[in-house]
Parts: sequence; structure tokens; C-alpha cells
Amino acid sequence: MKTLSTSNGIKTSFTIRGVEFKNRVFVASGTFGYGDEIHDLVDVNRLGGIFTKSLSWKPRPGNPPQRIVETASGMLNSIGLANIGVQTFIEQKLPHLCMLNTRIIVNIAASSLKEFCDVLSLLEEQDGIAGYEINVSCPNVKEGGMSFGTDCKMITEITSNLRKLTNKPLIIKLTPNVTHISEFARAAESAGADAVSVINTLIGMAVDIKTRKPKLSTVTGGLSGPAIKPIALAKVYEVAKAVKIPIFGIGGIANTEDAIEFLLVGATAVQIGTMNFIDPAISVKVVDGLENYARENKIADIGTLVDALDADVKFSVLQSWL
Amino acid sequence: MSRIIQQLCQVQSCHEVAAKTFLLRFNSPEITASVQPGQFVNILAVENGEGPLLRRPFSVSRVEDDIIELIFHVVGIGTNLLSRKKFGDRINVIGPLGQPFHGNAEYDTALLVAGGIGVAPFPFLTDVLLKRGKHIETFVGYRNAGQVFTGHLQNVRIATDDGSNGFHGNVVQLLQSSLVQNNFDKAKIFACGPTVMLKTLTGLAKRKNICCEMSLEGQMACGYGICQGCAVERAEGAAKYALVCKDGPAFLSTEVNL
Repeated sequence: MKTLSTSNGIKTSFTIRGVEFKNRVFVASGTFGYGDEIHDLVDVNRLGGIFTKSLSWKPRPGNPPQRIVETASGMLNSIGLANIGVQTFIEQKLPHLCMLNTRIIVNIAASSLKEFCDVLSLLEEQDGIAGYEINVSCPNVKEGGMSFGTDCKMITEITSNLRKLTNKPLIIKLTPNVTHISEFARAAESAGADAVSVINTLIGMAVDIKTRKPKLSTVTGGLSGPAIKPIALAKVYEVAKAVKIPIFGIGGIANTEDAIEFLLVGATAVQIGTMNFIDPAISVKVVDGLENYARENKIADIGTLVDALDADVKFSVLQSWL
Repeated sequence: MSRIIQQLCQVQSCHEVAAKTFLLRFNSPEITASVQPGQFVNILAVENGEGPLLRRPFSVSRVEDDIIELIFHVVGIGTNLLSRKKFGDRINVIGPLGQPFHGNAEYDTALLVAGGIGVAPFPFLTDVLLKRGKHIETFVGYRNAGQVFTGHLQNVRIATDDGSNGFHGNVVQLLQSSLVQNNFDKAKIFACGPTVMLKTLTGLAKRKNICCEMSLEGQMACGYGICQGCAVERAEGAAKYALVCKDGPAFLSTEVNL
């Protein structure tokens, strides 16, 4: 794969564990399918990379409907990790993904440590995968998912075991549904993770007052979209203060300005999620927007924005628990 | 499958055709070139950048040259914003989306059965079926006479819940009584409407042994198979769920469990 480290004289690329990504804009797992469904609507080759829909060992049908509810500036989902399974992914999706001029990071979800290891080991035998994102933060499944991500010991165990199986970038996707997310980021870092993704969705719910039933079949779901951006920014800021490994900032990014905010509070790169559903070309617009911003502000390397927040930390409440 | 596009389309007109029911017309030579009856478009309903987050899916009601027509009911913020569009406004549209009604089944008479705003896909279907030489009988149910809109439909029978226009009762009861009185030779039902109506209709079609194809609704974020939100349970096959947006919205009544 040919990677351009500069675009019109501006350095846009960055590297994790020796893997170069051509820019800092990615699409989040579960919001872009397996990268092949959406070609009509966006030039995926312009992206820093694609985080695939979560894959498990066997196909998962997902949760019963209703799975989606729109809320104020956001949406609740309870898809339940519906996916085609890793074998079908390798046979039907990966050959096409390998042809793209962007990095493919496979997101893995599992209900046991063994399943994580099995899926990753099988993917290690394939070509064309740049790295792995480990989903220990799905709020919509009973086994695995968030029950792993809310237990620091499990994060340590899963990360350290997967670390032994791969030399590719290993990214742990964290849940915000904990008291101090920084503790979980530290656990991932100590166990050998190369990066963390911050944040997965927040647990939320909605009620139909006519029927007095929850709107989602699983009662609660995961809240995403612009509504969660302020929370996500604070979580990225907290994690950035706690660990040295790169952070993929996620949570309600809807435009270039949002992406810059995430970089400033400490994200090395960003993932765009829910907004892909509303504007499938949003990610490429943010790629262009970041370059324009850099040009207008005479920034030679977009990386200089990372953690460049000008905050007077002596007033920061967050410092008291870090 | 036809190529899906996202584009800004110019509104030609938007006006109220029945109580809270609007007919929106917009230009899109690209979508009209390939769209088929039963397919839908997903529209961003905003005004000055303000509006609900998610797009709103609408069946394509009719195609006339380069113009697409939608019929919709104002139910919330999104449809309210859309109802205020006027000539020259631009709307952000993704389409054409979904699978059209299956065309090839062996039938001579098409029985179009709609509940309320479920009438939306039928003017387009009527135009296409007439070109194919099919005989069409249309059954439409509304709450009351004020909601009745039957533009570009053929041989229309109306039912209202309150009896203020046509048959007093629901549209499935109306169809049932018509099936008793008439012998529609080699018929096929096309249906669109509330889930409760489609459930009842599915039972009737099964008893009468008539092929029934339904256009379903589902809560969706994207409209093209990515978000996996609009799942509907499959009646058969290995996969447990189908997606309304990508595998549908048109399904045979035997394909899904409502």
C-alpha cells in the first residue's frame, strides 16, 4: 500500500507500532459496515483507516427489534453485535478490503478470552489487516462486551493475552460507563496495548409513555451522536493525562471543528461514528477540513495539534482523582 | 442494483393535499433514472442547519420526468420542517434505496391495499403496473374523510374508521368483503400500512391463498444496510433477521414474521 505522509506540504500522517496511517481521520466500528457497502457514497481511500464492524467467532444475529431510537442530538442503539462472523469476513469481505488504499483495523468482539484469542489468531494468518481494535465495551450484549470493559483485571488479562499473539497495533476500545476511565486506560497500557479508543457509547434509555414500555427491546442501549461529544472530550482529556499511548477520540464528531477539539484535548486521531449514517461522506470532509485548517493556520504537521490544549490545570477538578 | 447517490435536490413544490398530508416534488434526474416502485429515499429534514439528527425515509410516490414525488404525513419535527419547503429550496437526499416490489409473479389483477399514509408507494406502482397491462383494484383505509387522498390511483375503494367516507371499518375488512363479492382472477396483493394492518392482511392472504407483498417500515439510521437498526424477523432461512432498508422494504408476507 502506498502511503502519502504529506498532503500539499502538510504532514497528515502518524505511526503506531511501525504502521503508518496517512491521516488522522477514521470511521468507527459499526458505522461503516465492512467498508464495501458504502462505496457509492464516499471515497474510502481518502481515510486514515476503517475500523470494521465487530467480528466474533460465529455469526451473531443481533438483538430483536426495536434496535434504534432517535434522541435529542443523538441516537440510542441496541444492535447487539450483529455480524457475519470472522470466517465469512475472511472469505467474503477481506479480499476486497485488501484492495483499498486505506488501513483496515478489524474490531473484535467476544464473549470469552478464548474467543478473542481464536478470532485474532485466525486473522493473524491473513494479509491486509493493519491492526486490531478490541471491543470490551459494547453495552448491548449480556456476555462479554461491557462486562469485560468494566473490570480492570479483565482488561489486563485480555490485553496481555492478545499481545502475545500479534505484533500489529493492538487498540483497546474503552467504555465510558465506569467511574474513572483513566484507570482502564492505564490497565490497557500496562498490559501492552498500543492505543486506546475513547469512548464507546453511553448507556441510555427511552420510554414510550403511551404503552409504558421501553422503546428498545433490550430496555437500555448505547447513546451516541453529537449529544455525547462533551462527555467524550472530557474522557479523552482524562485518559490523555493518564497514559502515554495514543488515543483514538470518538464521540459525536460531526465536523472538522469537533475533530480539532478532540486532537487538542489529547486524541492522536479521531473516529467518526454516528454521523456516517447522516452524511456518508462526512469523514472525507473532515480529512479535507483538517488540511484546510492546517494551511490557514500555517501548521506544518497536524500532529502538533495533539494535546495542545492551553488549560490552566491548577483549576482542573479532574486532577484530584488522576 | 442501481447506484446510490447523495445529492442536493431542488424542491419544485410542496403543498397539503389532505389533512396533515403533503405532496413534495423535487428534481433528481439521477434518481428518477433508476428508481423503481417500492424503493425509498432518505432525506435530511433541516432548516438553516437545524432539525432532527437522523434522516427521514420516504417511499417514492411517483416519478414524472425528472421529478420525484413524495406523499407524507406530518407527525413530528422532521416532517413538519419538510412540509414547509417551497420552490427553490434544496433538500439533501440519498437514494434510491432498498429493494423494489417484485415484478415477476404470475398475476393479472393487482390488489393495492393501503392503510393511511401507507398509500405513499402506490401511485408509482400503479403507473408501472398499468404499463405492464395489469388490472388494478385499490383499497385505502383512513381514520376519517379529511385524510383521504387518492391521486393517481385506479379503481379506488375507501374505508374510514369513523364511516365518514366509504366503507365503515378498516381496510382489511373492506378487502375481505370485496373478495366475497368479486372474483378477482389471478390476483396479487401489494400492501403498505401500519404493522397491525399488515399482520391481519397476512392472515387473510394466507386463508384466501393470495400472494401478498408488503412494504415495511423500520426504525433506521442510515437506510443502506450499515447501522443494522431496522431488523425484521425472517420466517425462514438461516439468517434470523432481514434489514428493512436493504433486504426490503418490500417483502412477501411469507418471508417475515411481523
